[in-house]
Amino acid sequence: MIYGADVAILLTLAGIIFVLTYLKKWKWLWREWLTTVDHKKIGIMYMLSSLLMLFRGGVDALLMRMQLAFPQWHFLDSNHYNEIFTTHGTIMILFMAMPLMFAFFNIVVPLQIGARDVAYPFLNAVSFWLFFFGAMLFNLSFVIGGSPDAGWLSYPPLSGMQFSPGPGQDFYIWGIQISGIGSLASGINFIMTILKMRAPGMKLMHMPLFTWSVLASCIIIIFAFPVLTVTLALLFIDRFFDGHLFTMTGGGNPMMYINLIWMWGHPEVYIVVLPAFGIFSEIVATFSQKKIFGYKSMVFSMMIISVLSYFTWVHHFFTMGAGANVNVFFAITTMAIGIPTGVKVFNWLFTMFRGRIQMTQPMLWTIAFIPCFVVGGATGVMLSAAPADYQYHNSYFLVAHFHQVLIGGVVFGFFAGLYYWWPKMFGFKLNDRLGKWAFWTWNIGFYVCFMPQYALGFMGMTRRIYTYDFDMGWGPLNVISTVGAFFMGIGFIFQAWQILHGIKYGERDVTGDPWNGRTLEWSIPSPPPHYNFAVIPTVTGQDAWWTIKEERKKKKAKETATFSPIHMPKNSGIPFIMSVFWFIAGFGLTFHWVWMAIFGLTGVGACLLARSFQYNSDYYIPVDEIRHTEDSVGRVG
Amino acid sequence: MAYATAHHEEHHDEHDEGIKVIGFWLFLVTDCILFGALFATYAVLVNHTAGGLTGKEFFEVPGFVSETFILLTSSFTSGLAVLSMHKGKIKPLIGWLIVTLLLGMCFVGLEIHEFQTMVHEGATISTSAFFTAFYTIVSTHGLHVSVGIIWMISITIQLKRYGITSVTKRKVTIISLYWHFLDAVWIFLYTVVYLMGVM
Amino acid sequence: MENHGSLKAYTIGFIFSIILTVIPLMLVLKHVFAKNILLASILGMAVLQFFIQLFFFMHIKDGEKPRYNVMALILGIVFVITIVAGSIWIMTFNSQVQ
Repeated sequence: MIYGADVAILLTLAGIIFVLTYLKKWKWLWREWLTTVDHKKIGIMYMLSSLLMLFRGGVDALLMRMQLAFPQWHFLDSNHYNEIFTTHGTIMILFMAMPLMFAFFNIVVPLQIGARDVAYPFLNAVSFWLFFFGAMLFNLSFVIGGSPDAGWLSYPPLSGMQFSPGPGQDFYIWGIQISGIGSLASGINFIMTILKMRAPGMKLMHMPLFTWSVLASCIIIIFAFPVLTVTLALLFIDRFFDGHLFTMTGGGNPMMYINLIWMWGHPEVYIVVLPAFGIFSEIVATFSQKKIFGYKSMVFSMMIISVLSYFTWVHHFFTMGAGANVNVFFAITTMAIGIPTGVKVFNWLFTMFRGRIQMTQPMLWTIAFIPCFVVGGATGVMLSAAPADYQYHNSYFLVAHFHQVLIGGVVFGFFAGLYYWWPKMFGFKLNDRLGKWAFWTWNIGFYVCFMPQYALGFMGMTRRIYTYDFDMGWGPLNVISTVGAFFMGIGFIFQAWQILHGIKYGERDVTGDPWNGRTLEWSIPSPPPHYNFAVIPTVTGQDAWWTIKEERKKKKAKETATFSPIHMPKNSGIPFIMSVFWFIAGFGLTFHWVWMAIFGLTGVGACLLARSFQYNSDYYIPVDEIRHTEDSVGRVG
Repeated sequence: MAYATAHHEEHHDEHDEGIKVIGFWLFLVTDCILFGALFATYAVLVNHTAGGLTGKEFFEVPGFVSETFILLTSSFTSGLAVLSMHKGKIKPLIGWLIVTLLLGMCFVGLEIHEFQTMVHEGATISTSAFFTAFYTIVSTHGLHVSVGIIWMISITIQLKRYGITSVTKRKVTIISLYWHFLDAVWIFLYTVVYLMGVM
Repeated sequence: MENHGSLKAYTIGFIFSIILTVIPLMLVLKHVFAKNILLASILGMAVLQFFIQLFFFMHIKDGEKPRYNVMALILGIVFVITIVAGSIWIMTFNSQVQ
């Protein structure tokens, strides 16, 4: 099976190279995409990468469910199964959810705050290409050397040199490490963008809730990712330099790794869920045709969650033996964090109450999210009772819980966001009929797959086992669960079909505002021009675009806009090239080829110096070009 | 797409440069977290010597005290460089930057010497959890200093080429923040690793 | 950027830093206090010297409002304390479990 996949990958690569050469599109690729610093294009690249990774992670899931469908089946052997659950988890969280989240940050935030780009466009490109090449490095392990197989968090001593001597673990370490630098940089970038680049008059308490959610998420990112960087580096030091931080001998303590990795790991899940909450706030308000209920409490709850998320991490290892006092403290903090989340759920419901609801695709996913996530959150509270967790820990109860909050919360949220902002990015909506099929198969599939898993957990089935005995009685529920998984797969196929269908037959939206939206991104054409806003709007309150529209209805006079030259950053090849050097360094470090690692890191340094010496990095768009662009999309100057 | 004639540094206003300085402060805070995690690891593993060699046998007071004073002085001289910059005096600015980076090189040299001695006497990164933690945290700081030295050299060259402009001012401000930050981290290394190690 | 400072400020900072480096050294080498008090004093002086760097060298008080760098630093310090103290607390069981 692996050989078959390798062949498929090579053929696809060859196909892409052939098409690009045949259509003479290499220069175009370099000029328009590989060297771009435009947040909108970077966002689209993040999105495409994450959807490809969703495919791989999903295939991993289906393979696992196939293996578990029947007792004592050997569709996959144990080694292969371990590799698959490891890559499934790593890909879904780090190479699917994170980049999709960054896609939304990039595409939406500057538009919502009335800005022309992010605070550091060059750094933004660096972030994307570091993610891309980090993901490439991780994915390469499938083809060369062997995938990691110690779980998505790679606990030592299993992930140490003694028990995992091959390159799989190093691919894991460097793929995530390189990608992680990009994430940290994005965290800094978006905080500064939101704090310093808002349109005049847009105070913090006027910002759209999605933008607030991005701010809250980025605050967590900058405080959590350095811990991940350290933890992975320490594991590598043990492996490469024969250190003894996490080994069983030499005074090492593997549990310190678990402590450190979850210090990052818990905030990480809030990093991905907060933007989903932000997306829901936008959608609920827009499609209830009502201002969001409780804006202030929405803001405070997100900021509280972002700080509190940092104080709950031990609940991932209640059973490690830290003692009752430690467990009690962290059980309480874990329960506490459910409170601000509850506030948000009530606010969404109160927004819908007495609103004029439009059941568009984004709204469908939002309504499905609410019960799903609430149940998932409730099982989380069950898990947070430390003594009870001694029964639930690492059983299928846990597996069901985290999939429910991740899929019901994060994935549904990002799907809703995709449907909502797709017309802004590409100028056409995705087909409704196919969308309904996708929605129902995903939802039915989800419940059929994961509800039995709660029961399986109670029946004693532990996670990460590749098969089980006939007389455990787990067979029937596992079969049902597998059927559900395949339904979700069918849902994904419908979505892929929607995209292809839309490209061919999608109705062009020329208004830029297909949903009668409330926030500034809907005030510009779809897709937006390079510079976003020909004239930066002045903002007076929340729901800025709604206010502008209301005022335009009252005023009859046509506004004339005066244009001035727009200051924009130039494209650059350095982010791409530097990331290639990082890839080379990572590859060298993975196989312990020091010469290659030094070559790669020297290349990185050279790129940084080249950037430091670059003093000519921006330009101005002249007024007549702005006028021409605006005219061509029907906006009169 | 037509590109207008590029306008250079004259148009880089306070907002463009100021936003880069605050962004760098944010980066420094993330670096604090990085060192925090390393200190936590060190603190947890400091007594895990596997019944063997301890730090006390190897830490030499003259060595780490000199390193401390050299780094502290270099932090002071980087401040003098920034003062000259605000007075518009490019020669002392470049002069003090060169003094700073030379002191930085002395610091790194002393540290390498210290490591070589320790390895020679049998305390390597593989000796025990304690030593892995020690070498890791001290080298991370040393690597940061080394990167800073190369960075400072590159800025000195840019100053020679372009003089004091709003852009080079911002670059000097940022690297001096970085340099002071590294001295601040060293204060804790000095205290937690060395002083507590010889107690 | 208004963070100018003066020769006087830098020199005072430098001298105080030297003092705060020498005193803990003397305390440790001469075994002046009992272990816990010694630990507390040298750590306290390290924190003081850290603030000297922050105020006299890094000019954290200058800079335009809102002071996002100060807010970030405070939150960062809170998290660093959580990471270090939290880890020590959580991992102390290990000394019993050995």
